[in-house]
Amino acid sequence: MTHPASAAPSLTVYVEGIGLLGPGLTGWAPGREQLAGSTPYEAARCVLPLPMALPPAERRRAGAVVKVSLAVGQEAVTASGLSTARLPSVFSSSSGDAINCHEICKALASGDRLISPTRFHNSVHNASSGYWSISSGSMATSSVLCAYDGSFAAGLLEAMAQAAVDQTAVLLVAYDTDYPEPLRSVRPLPDSFGVALVLAPQRSERSLARWTLAPATCLTAASATTMADSALEQLRASIPAARCLPLLRSVATQDAGKVVIDYLDGLQLAVQVEPC
Amino acid sequence: MPCAFDTVDLPTFVGEVAGVDAVVLPAALAAFDCRNNRLALLGLMQDGFAEAVAAASQKYGAQRIGVFIGTSTSGILQTELAYRRLDPVTGAFPPDFSYRTTHNTFSVADFTRHVLALAGPAVVVSSACSSSAKVFASARRMMAAGLIDAAVVGGVDSLCLTTLYGFNSLGLTSTRACRPFDVERDGISIGEAAAFALLEPVPEHLDDDAVLLLGIGESSDAHHMSSPHPEGLGARMAMQDALATAGLGAADIDYINLHGTATPSNDAAETRAVATLFGSSTPCSSTKGATGHTLGAAGGLEAVICALTLQQGLLPAGLNTQQLDPDLPLNYLLHNREQAVRRVLSNSFGFGGTNCSLIFGRAG
Repeated sequence: MTHPASAAPSLTVYVEGIGLLGPGLTGWAPGREQLAGSTPYEAARCVLPLPMALPPAERRRAGAVVKVSLAVGQEAVTASGLSTARLPSVFSSSSGDAINCHEICKALASGDRLISPTRFHNSVHNASSGYWSISSGSMATSSVLCAYDGSFAAGLLEAMAQAAVDQTAVLLVAYDTDYPEPLRSVRPLPDSFGVALVLAPQRSERSLARWTLAPATCLTAASATTMADSALEQLRASIPAARCLPLLRSVATQDAGKVVIDYLDGLQLAVQVEPC
Repeated sequence: MPCAFDTVDLPTFVGEVAGVDAVVLPAALAAFDCRNNRLALLGLMQDGFAEAVAAASQKYGAQRIGVFIGTSTSGILQTELAYRRLDPVTGAFPPDFSYRTTHNTFSVADFTRHVLALAGPAVVVSSACSSSAKVFASARRMMAAGLIDAAVVGGVDSLCLTTLYGFNSLGLTSTRACRPFDVERDGISIGEAAAFALLEPVPEHLDDDAVLLLGIGESSDAHHMSSPHPEGLGARMAMQDALATAGLGAADIDYINLHGTATPSNDAAETRAVATLFGSSTPCSSTKGATGHTLGAAGGLEAVICALTLQQGLLPAGLNTQQLDPDLPLNYLLHNREQAVRRVLSNSFGFGGTNCSLIFGRAG
C-alpha cells in the first residue's frame, strides 16, 4: 500500500464550500466581504448557534466545541452541494472541549470525584466528529487531529493528502474554544473560532479556488503570511484555528500566489493559491 | 492487578506499566515531563527502535519522516494533579505546571519528534480507542502523497483519573481482570502502553519475516457517542474496506486480533460484524485480557502483537476468559496456538463511533 515518492499524485484540491464562525465573523458570506476589506471587520464575541441537526437530548448537552464545529461544517457542506453521507472528514483542534475539561479536572481534585457519563464521553477529542457523524448520518471515515498551534495546517495537510490520494472530496473542520480559569492563564485563547472547508480533487462549477501543495517544497521555514488588517491579524495570531485567515482572504480577494500558514516550530506550510 | 494507581479508590483492575515513575527525560526536554511522555520514552528506547529511526533518518533525511501518534488523554494527569495544588487564595496553577508540553493532546507527538530528532510533519490522532490504528491511515496517505518518505507511527496512553473515573461513571469497568468474550464478562480493565512502528516504502528485497501493511479500513458508526452500533455495521464496513484495499477476501485472513474490550455490548456487536464477514471459523482473540484496554494506544499495541504473530507463528490466546459466551459464535482461542500465519487483521473501535481495521502480512 506504499508508493515511492516519484509516483506521488499532484496535491491539488478545489475549495467547494467554506464555513466560518468566530469573533465578529458570522458566516462565509459576510466574512468574505470582511476579509476582502469591502466591509469593515469589528471584533465581537463569537455567537454560537444551537446544533439543530442533533436530536433534542444531544442538543441540550452540546458544548461550545460541538456547536462551533457543527455550524461551520454544515455551512461548508451546504455550500458545496455535496451529500454528507459518503463525505470523509478531518476534525482538527488544538484543545477540544475546554469547559468540559475544566469541570472534570475540578471534580477529580475535589472530595467527590463522580463525574457524569455525558461529561466523560464529551471529553474525548473526537466528540465533535462523533456528533457530526450522528447528526449527518455519515458513516465515512473521520480523522481527528491535534498539532497545538499548528492544528489548522495539520488538518489541511491531512485533508489535502486524503483528497488527492484517495480521490475523494473531504470535509475539513478546524475549531477551538476558550478555556475558563485557571487553564486560561496557561492557554489564553480569547474566544471560539471555527472554519470548515470542503476540498475536492476535481473542479466543479462551485469551485472557489484551487490550492496546490508542492510535495518537495511545501514544508518550509518561510514566515507565515499575515493579515494587513490589525484586528484580523490579532485574531489570526490568538486562536490556532484562525491561522487559516490568510488562505480565506486569498479566496475572498481572488488572489493568486503563495500563502504560508503556521504549522510547527520552524516548519510552515506553503500553499499555492489560484482563483477559480 | 487491583488498581492502586495514585489516589484512585475504585474497585477495578488496571494494567500499570512498571518503572514509568523512574524514567528520567533528557534535560533539554524536561518541560515535557509527565507520566505519558515518560511512558513514550520508555517505549522508544525498546528493541532498538530509536536506532532504527536514526538509520532511516540518515537514509531519507530528518525532514522526510513524519510522526503520527495516537493518544486519547495525552498528559492530562499532569493537569489533574495540578488542580489539587491550585493556590488556595488566587486559584492559580503552581509555577511548575506546563500545559503545552504535558496536558495538550499534541504533547506526545511533539515529544517523540524531539526525542528522535526528526524535523518533518507531526500530528496526534485522537479519536479515542481507534487513535493509534488510524495513525497508520494518516501516515499511509502522507507517504502516498509524496510529502514524506517514512513515518514513525504509534500509540501512547497512560493511566489517569479522567479515564478511570470516566469509564466507571458509564458502568464499563470490571471489578476483576477483564474477561473478553466470557459469558460473565462485565467490563474493561484500563491499561497503559507505548507502542511504535517505523513505516517505510516497500524495498525491492525483503526478508521473509518482514511485516507488510496490506490494508486499512476506516468508518464511522453515526449511531451513539459511547455505545457501538448494535449490529456492528460500522465495524463491518471498516473490515470490508481493509480487505478491499488489501485486495484480499475473508478466507485470506488467518487470525483476527479483536477489539474485544470485554464490555457486553462491544463483544456482541463485534461478533455480529466478524461473523457476517468471516463466518465462525477464523481463529481470533482479544489480547486485552493480557494488556488491559490501553485506549488510545490499543491500535498500536495490537499492531505490534500482530507483527509478532506473523513473525513467530504464535496465535495468542485470550486470557482470563473461563467460559465462552455461547451467544458469541466465533473461533475464539482460549489456548495459544502455534501455527504459521500469512495475514492477520486487527480491529480498533472507539467512542464517537470511530472504527479502524488494519491488515498485516508476512513478506514471504
